[in-house]
This record gives sequence, C-alpha cells and structure tokens, in this order.
Amino acid sequence: MKTMNKATLEKIRDEYKSASGAVSKRIIVCAGTGCIANGSLAVYDALKEAVEKSGASLFVELELDQHDCKDKVHLSNSGCQGFCAQGPLVNILPDETMYVKVKPEDALEIIQKTVLNNEVIDRLLYVNPANGEQSRGQLDIPFYKLQNRLVLGECGHVDPENIREYISHNGYFAAEKSYNTMTDEQVCDTILESGLRGRGGGGFPTGRKWHLTRVVEADKKYVICNGDEGDPGAFMDRSLMEGNPHRVIEGMMIAARAINADEGYVYVRLEYPLAVKRMRKAIEDALEAGILGDNVFGSGRTMHIHVMEGAGAFVCGEETALMASIEGKRGMPMPKPPFPAECGLFEKPTVINNVETLAAVPLIVRNGAAWFNQYGTATSKGTKTFALTGHVANTGLIEVPFGTTLREIVFNIGGGVMDNDGKISSKGFKAVQIGGPSGGCLTVEDMDLPLDYDNLIAKGAMVGSGGLVVMNQESCMIQIARFFMNFTQNESCGKCLPCREGTKQMLALLDDIIEGNATMKTMDLLEEVGHVVKKASLCGLGKTAPSPVLSTIAKFREEYVEHIERKHCSTNNCKALMDITIDAEKCIGCTACARKCPVNAISGEKKKPHSIDPALCIKCGECHKACKFNAVMGF
Amino acid sequence: MKTEPNKSLRQFQQVHEILEANGNNKARLIPILQQVQEAYRFLPPQVLTYIATALGMPIAEVYGVATFYAHFTLEAKGKYVIKACDGTACHVKGSSKLLDTLYDTLKVTPKKNTTDDMMFTVEAVSCLGACGLAPVMMVNDKVYGEVSSDRCREILKAIMEEESVVKE
Repeated sequence: MKTMNKATLEKIRDEYKSASGAVSKRIIVCAGTGCIANGSLAVYDALKEAVEKSGASLFVELELDQHDCKDKVHLSNSGCQGFCAQGPLVNILPDETMYVKVKPEDALEIIQKTVLNNEVIDRLLYVNPANGEQSRGQLDIPFYKLQNRLVLGECGHVDPENIREYISHNGYFAAEKSYNTMTDEQVCDTILESGLRGRGGGGFPTGRKWHLTRVVEADKKYVICNGDEGDPGAFMDRSLMEGNPHRVIEGMMIAARAINADEGYVYVRLEYPLAVKRMRKAIEDALEAGILGDNVFGSGRTMHIHVMEGAGAFVCGEETALMASIEGKRGMPMPKPPFPAECGLFEKPTVINNVETLAAVPLIVRNGAAWFNQYGTATSKGTKTFALTGHVANTGLIEVPFGTTLREIVFNIGGGVMDNDGKISSKGFKAVQIGGPSGGCLTVEDMDLPLDYDNLIAKGAMVGSGGLVVMNQESCMIQIARFFMNFTQNESCGKCLPCREGTKQMLALLDDIIEGNATMKTMDLLEEVGHVVKKASLCGLGKTAPSPVLSTIAKFREEYVEHIERKHCSTNNCKALMDITIDAEKCIGCTACARKCPVNAISGEKKKPHSIDPALCIKCGECHKACKFNAVMGF
Repeated sequence: MKTEPNKSLRQFQQVHEILEANGNNKARLIPILQQVQEAYRFLPPQVLTYIATALGMPIAEVYGVATFYAHFTLEAKGKYVIKACDGTACHVKGSSKLLDTLYDTLKVTPKKNTTDDMMFTVEAVSCLGACGLAPVMMVNDKVYGEVSSDRCREILKAIMEEESVVKE
C-alpha cells in the first residue's frame, strides 16, 4: 500500500500550482445542488463545446507538466459558491469575472468575448437590485465582499473531485503535521486554545470533547462526522461535503490523531445523494494516494473512513441516536451519561463532531489557534456559516465572524427583505427564524444584537445549525410555530413520553388557535405544556422542540391574541380565519364567481359589484380562481 | 410454511447476494435494507423475515428498524418518487401550493400517495437542503428549484410523455 509523505505532498502542490499558473484562463462552473437544479451541468457542457469549437485548447483535468498547460483554458466544476439565488454561476479566473444566471446559449459568447478577448459581457454581470449597480465579480459583489469565507474558503473554487487541487491549496499538510510533529495532547490543546465550539447546535468546546475522549484507555476508538443535517432551512454541511470533501476528511484525520482513533464514519443524510457520492470519491482518492490507510504519513498509524447513508430520521442528528443508527438499530437516543467519550459507537470511546466543526480543524492546525481566535466574540470564536433563505433578495450560503449583527446579514449581505411578489420592500421585515426547529425568532428589536452562542440563548433562540429564515410582514407567526411543531411531532422518535405526547398536544392546541376554536386558556396551556416538554424530554430534540412556540408567544403575543380573541389573522394565512370579500371597485359584475360558487354564497346583480355571505362561504377559493379581475380579496 | 428449498433460494437470490456483499453483518442492517429496497422498490414482508433469519435476529427487530426510518416503505412505491420539500424556506415560499398541485394533477392524496399505474409516488419531506431555490422538489435523484405550479405540471407532463414513448 502506498504511503504519502510531506515531500510528495509538496511536490504535488508545487507542480499543480505552477501548472495552474500557466493556463490562460480558468473557468469554474458551480456544480452545487442549487446550481445543478438551475441547469449548470448543461452550461458546463455548452462551455466545453464552445471552447472546442473556437479552436482554443482545453483540458478538464489539469496536467502536471506546466508546458502543456501554457495558454490553454482550464474548465472545471466546483462545489457550491454560495450565491444560490443567482445560479448557475460561472467564475472566470484570473480576472475574477463572475457571471450569474448563465444559460447554455451564452456559452459561445463567453468563450469568444471574455475568455479569448478579455471583454466583459455586461448583461451577464450581477446587478444589485437595491441600487442597480453592476458588479464585476466576487471581489465587488456586496454579498461576497462583506463575508469572511474561511471554512467555506476553497468551497466554490476547487474541483471537489480532484484531490491534487485540494493539496495545491495546502490541503493535508495540517494532517501530516498532526501525525508526525505533534502529540495527541498538543493537537487537543491547539483546538482548545482556538476556542472552537461545536457548530452542530450545542456549542460544546471541541477541544474539551477531544481531551475527554483522549484520556480514556481503550483498544479501539472512533471518530464520527455528523452530516445528518436535518434542520429544515440549513444546508452548509451539504455544501461543504459537496464542495470540499477533502477538508472534511482532513478534519476527521486530525480528530483521529487527537484521540488515537483508527476508524471513522461519515453519516450523511439520504436526501443528499451528491454529498454521498463526492465523499465516497474523496475517501477513495485519499486511500489511493496513500493519505488514508494503514500507515498514515509514515507514522505507523492507521486510519480508515466509511460513509454511512442515513435512512430518513431527523432524530439521528442527535449523537447517541446517530450511533445507534450506524450499529443498525432504530435511531433512538440514549440517556447521558455515559457520554460518547467513554462509551460511544459499538460501546467504544467516540468523538462525534459536526461537518462544519471538522472543516474548521485543518485551518486551525495549519494557521494556529491565535489566528482563529482573532475572529469572533469573547465566548464564540471564529466564523459561522449561515444558510440565508426565505424572503430575502440574496438567498444562499454565507460565512461571517461571530458577533456580526442581524442587520448586516439581512440588509447588507442579504440585500434586503422581499415582499411576496419578489420586490424589495424597505418596511417588509418581520422576523428571522434562527436555528430551525430547535431555535427561535429574532425581531426588529434584535437587529443590532451581535450574533453568538450566548446572546442567542439569552434571547430564547440558538445558533443551532445556522439556518436563518427571513420572514416578511406577510408571514403568520402562528403558522410558522405550527410548521415547526408539526415537524418535531412527526420526527419525535417516541421513546420518551414528554416529547411523544407533549408535541402532539402542543400541535393540537396550535391547530385550535389557527382554526378559531381557542380561548385564552389555550395559550396558557400551550405555554405550560411547552415548559414541561422542554424540561422533561430525554434528548435535544424534545428539549428544544417547544422553542419556536415559546419564542413566538414571547415576541408576537398580540398576534396570538388576535387569532384567539378576534378570530382574525391579519396576514391572511389562516384559512379558517380568512375574511373573504369582493372588492367593489374591481368587480365588474361578470357573475363568473357566482356561477362557480358551490354553496351559492355569492349574490349580486349583473354588471354590479357582487358580495359574499360569510355565513355560507366555505372558503374553497373557487371564486378567487374564477375572477379575472383579482376582485376576490382574502386569498 | 414448507417450500421447496431450491425454489425459495431462487426467489431470494437477490437478497442473498446483498446479504453476502454486506458480510451478513447485523450492524449493516440499514445499508442492507437500503439495497434491498433499491432492488425491489419496497420491503416485502417475506424478505424482512428472510433477512432476520439470515442475520440471526428477531423479526420484530428488523421490522422495528424498517418502520422507524421514513425512507423505508413496506408498500410498493411508484417508478418516480417525487419528494416535495416542505422545509422552512420552502414553506414560507409557498410549498403547500406545490403539494396541492401534485396531489391534484396526479390524483393522489397524502394517505394514498402512489398513482394506480405505479408510476408516481408523492411524498412531502422536511428539507432537501436546496433552500436557496425554494420551493424545491426532487424526482428520484434530480432536484428542481423554484417550482411554480405551472412548472410542476410541465415537469410531470414531460415525464408522462417520455413514459408513453417508451411504452409504444
């Protein structure tokens, strides 16, 4: 079996660098899931064909001999570049010209003008919807300019299926360093000093977790990478595994060195087939290159990594449930202690870290704890990725230092809040839901709060996995609370009673409010049950399940009261509470709606405005569909 | 139940191969079930029994795992499994309308979610992780972003047309 060493790594890095420095242009087509869904693979094929047609020489796999690369065009895919709303994205180096929403028809023009003649095609550039300004590339697009992309750094630049390119970005040097020049204790200390805390939700100091596992004596230990990213609204782990799988592997290798483990598992959600494929390929390539294997960097140590696909259970994101799932059992959590550090996978000491946490590790070992420490706040060090989605202009994946304010994220990076018609509205902001089904809401009041682990907990929310869903004024907060409750109720594994029954009752109480059957006592009961579930549940899923409800009650009490007492939903999202009326100014009296109404609730003379009898109306929406003048209001 | 040994061997040949490939290892029960489901499109009860016996586990345990995870199904699914995302981002961007369109167009319901011709199965899932493109749906392994009701109908129509060509 081959063994990699430092000299060989250096050789690969230098050769690759000089080869890639010799090419005339590098075209990177984003092939993250978002851009693929928008058709980026067709753009890639079209570009390839266009280069061939133009007579320029092209290669897809960079050759190591730099003379062969001179004046050629290097075309490759990359992982997620983050700016999903504007995909498919095409980035052209070395000028850093970035084209957005590229179609296959644009390929020939891109090659002829930009690649061969250095002309910029204005119509493909990004235009800031807020002020109409054009941006040439990542260096001056506000979405990118205001970020600090460390963990996501190479994601979106490197070809995720090319191990040599990862090495050329100093990849695997940190792993080599940890195996050959550091003791296990030193590795743990470095991570502890860096202040890195778990990015999966809890925020436990990673270095301490490693130390706890390191000191346990055992014949076998495991490292697990938790890629079971189930929080609706979060996709950073997916992007990392798809965009830079080798970084995740390197992080796992360093974790293994730190605790003296020789085997690792990557547990990936079933819904992420591309991440599974790329992780598998990366592991194979690392094994082939002699980076993983039975003699890692000549240290005599062994490290093997397996990929395990989940089978669709949200609770498996909880560490003890995840380990049960790897063992082939129902994914149900276990009481702690014992902690995985003592008794984890197959009853052996185990370190289990989130994808993003592990992806930060190689950077810390490479650049030092102090370097990482300079970012962030006093208690939350480094940067955090957030999946910015919902009613915001620039949806996508972002990375900012801890301590960045919500205002900066939503308005400067996110480009502002959008109304339901997709237009930017200055007064549209209502709330941000952060941390998914375990998290809570932040409102206008919290706009200038520096986001970090402790500030968010104090506000009844949490960093969680980093899903950040922006909601505009047209969103009903009770519907949002119900949405999350429905989710956790479905995903509750059923092992402990407070979570199993409590979430069901909370959902039923929310349904009462939404359907107009509630009294003020319903809300008291809802809060009471919420506190019980929070206190008495076994695992993190149940303990945090009431958060979206409790947080919306705390922040939007009037909206709940309005639903309960006035039986009214001012955002018109609750069907049972809708006021359906016909706008007398818009109605021309064509009778189309009256003819469609299945319960004859609409009356009126021909050519005169009609009206709806609320006592008869069943809110089926047929009148709304039939009206050509948008006169039926309330849907 | 007594069956001719050779006959039952033939019936379960594929399961047997999957079990062998996984080293008859109990810990690999989930990958085994995944591979079996890929081969049969669902998990027939007799196959679960076979797996349990082969791995030396109680049937109840295998059944317990098969019913715990959302991905496993004890009923046959359609050729095209449509997963409509109802995650947070998709939800606030109107995924319920998308689901309604799917149910209406294919004439299925959340309870009876497979079409009679075994062509389509519609499932609402919590998050597909393409939140930037909400609302999203996935047809087998292909992800479609920003799916409006009209676009959804177009996608379905294209699949149906392709299928009718194959039949002819």
